[in-house]
Amino acid sequence: MKVIKIDKKDWADGLAKLSGGYRLFGPVKDKEFHNFKELDNGELPDFDFSNTKLSAKSMVFPQAEAMFKYSLDENEADHHIMKEAEKDYSPRAAIGIRPCDAAAFLLVKKNFDTPEYKDPYWINAYEASVFVGLACNNPCSTCFCTSAGCGPFHEDGLDVLLADAGDYFLAKVITDKGEKLLQAAGWNTEADAGEDQIETLKKEAEAKITASVNTDGLKDKITTELYDAPFWEDVAFACLNCGTCTYVCPTCWCFDIQDETHGTSGIRMKTWDSCMYPLFTLHGSGHNPRGTKVHRVRQRFMHKLKYYVDKYGDGIQCVGCGRCIRLCPVNIDIRKVCELMNSYEPADAACQVA
Amino acid sequence: MQNPYLPYPVRIDEIITETEDKNLKTFKFVFLNPEDEKKFAYKSGQFGELSVTGKGEIPIGIASSPTEKGFVKFTVNKVGLVSSFLHTMKVGDIMGIRGPLGNWYPWETMEGKNVVIIGGGFAFTTLRSSIIYMLDPANRSKFKDIHVIYGARSPGMLLYRDELAEWEKRDDINMHITVDGTDDPDWKYNVGFVPTITEQKAPSSDGETYAIICGPPIMIKFTQPVLDNLGYSHDQIIMSLENRMKCGIGMCGRCNIGKEFVCKDGPVFTLAELNNTPKEY
Repeated sequence: MKVIKIDKKDWADGLAKLSGGYRLFGPVKDKEFHNFKELDNGELPDFDFSNTKLSAKSMVFPQAEAMFKYSLDENEADHHIMKEAEKDYSPRAAIGIRPCDAAAFLLVKKNFDTPEYKDPYWINAYEASVFVGLACNNPCSTCFCTSAGCGPFHEDGLDVLLADAGDYFLAKVITDKGEKLLQAAGWNTEADAGEDQIETLKKEAEAKITASVNTDGLKDKITTELYDAPFWEDVAFACLNCGTCTYVCPTCWCFDIQDETHGTSGIRMKTWDSCMYPLFTLHGSGHNPRGTKVHRVRQRFMHKLKYYVDKYGDGIQCVGCGRCIRLCPVNIDIRKVCELMNSYEPADAACQVA
Repeated sequence: MQNPYLPYPVRIDEIITETEDKNLKTFKFVFLNPEDEKKFAYKSGQFGELSVTGKGEIPIGIASSPTEKGFVKFTVNKVGLVSSFLHTMKVGDIMGIRGPLGNWYPWETMEGKNVVIIGGGFAFTTLRSSIIYMLDPANRSKFKDIHVIYGARSPGMLLYRDELAEWEKRDDINMHITVDGTDDPDWKYNVGFVPTITEQKAPSSDGETYAIICGPPIMIKFTQPVLDNLGYSHDQIIMSLENRMKCGIGMCGRCNIGKEFVCKDGPVFTLAELNNTPKEY
């Protein structure tokens, strides 16, 4: 595959050219963290980060977005009838998305793009996007991507993979969409032995990842046995049900639909939601099938590490970015929970008969 | 790309207050665009999302039958924000419906078999749809004996009372209506809880009989052992579940029981299927 060398002195000029044809998104400094957002005119992405605090999922799946608009004014034609909200699906480009966040979109796509139903909001935004990934030369201590089907130089879900090589970037062309973007930026100098350079950096980065999970046993576990495992009380004990893990996660896709009315007009919105909240599953009758925090914590891990595994046969619903580990206020660690689940044998938990 | 979140606009054509406590109303809707009725082709057991503009959506079982044309009917219990507002709406008001959603009772599998319908309280809506469907002249010969065991707290809490009385008169359906109790001296049907009446009236299964049960959890809990005793295997006991829903198409993530979504993989499950999932309903 072709590798382009981008001198860092040509970087800003290239992005300026791109901004004519693409809405640019990238990591920028946000107080003491970095976050992924749409870049202002002339604003450059800041690559001095390990990973953004929130994942990049909002680029395709905004925290809140209008689906429909309506009028309650009976003097208006079409009152009370839902009409499509205006949308901008012009080309957009992620500049410097981490490979884990880009790979996460492929997992989430299975939920929103199904044979029976297609979520047009997610799909249109995804298809309008070009993903220029920034490989991780220095992964964090909480990264376990290499055992979660991903990696610091992982290419699935990316159109271009950028690797920082000091004075220049190496840009590996992965798709035609990526090639087109590089041409639009005017970056067209092929690197000498580019693939070899990238391979060296990749090996160095992968060697720095020490955390891992074992997932080989998950698919053969019996769902109801895992569900009834005795460790859930312990896992959930300190949980505050704050929902941070679900909001920062690149693969959490759950959402709510709400109508918001001002005067006689309003919008029907799709917003992020979280399985950590009691209201997520509360029936109108007052009954709640996931009424305790143990139910809710178990749902999060069972979804990612068992239900998804069984439903799609394509590994776990996690890319190993480690955000939920870093940001959990009570130090719940998905790697430990995964190990408990992966190694669980019901017989071990049964009471000994004297 | 078809937008699965966009409701078909409908007009409320008729509102019937069903029960003496006035908490259950049946809404008859007519599609504003006649071609939408064709797109809404459904089977008994499916549900729709009723969209009350400015309030939100609620998942409700379809009470009309596919054999009834020109309208769709939903019977709604007054419970939360959307259903309470819907109860204040009037004939002629405009709202929306999405669907049909979910799976249906296994009509193909049940052909040539006996069918026992067991319902309690207001969970009789898709069962009404099913009875109308089976009694349709085009369909009745597809099924052998049909039994219906339907109970409510009191005579005034039974849904569709006129239709129940008509079905009582027919000889091609065995009706077993019951109430938990009544002080009406003219009450001519059963008195007793649904599990008890099931024990007395339901045919035993010779492997040729399917039971469809919808009702409150307490009714289901005590009816299941009765069916076990009558010899029903768990793949011949059909249930319809409810959970909080938003999208109705298996995406928003809240109504799952294990890896199955009640909205898309259900709401109809066999007891055999439910035995293998977490009981989060």
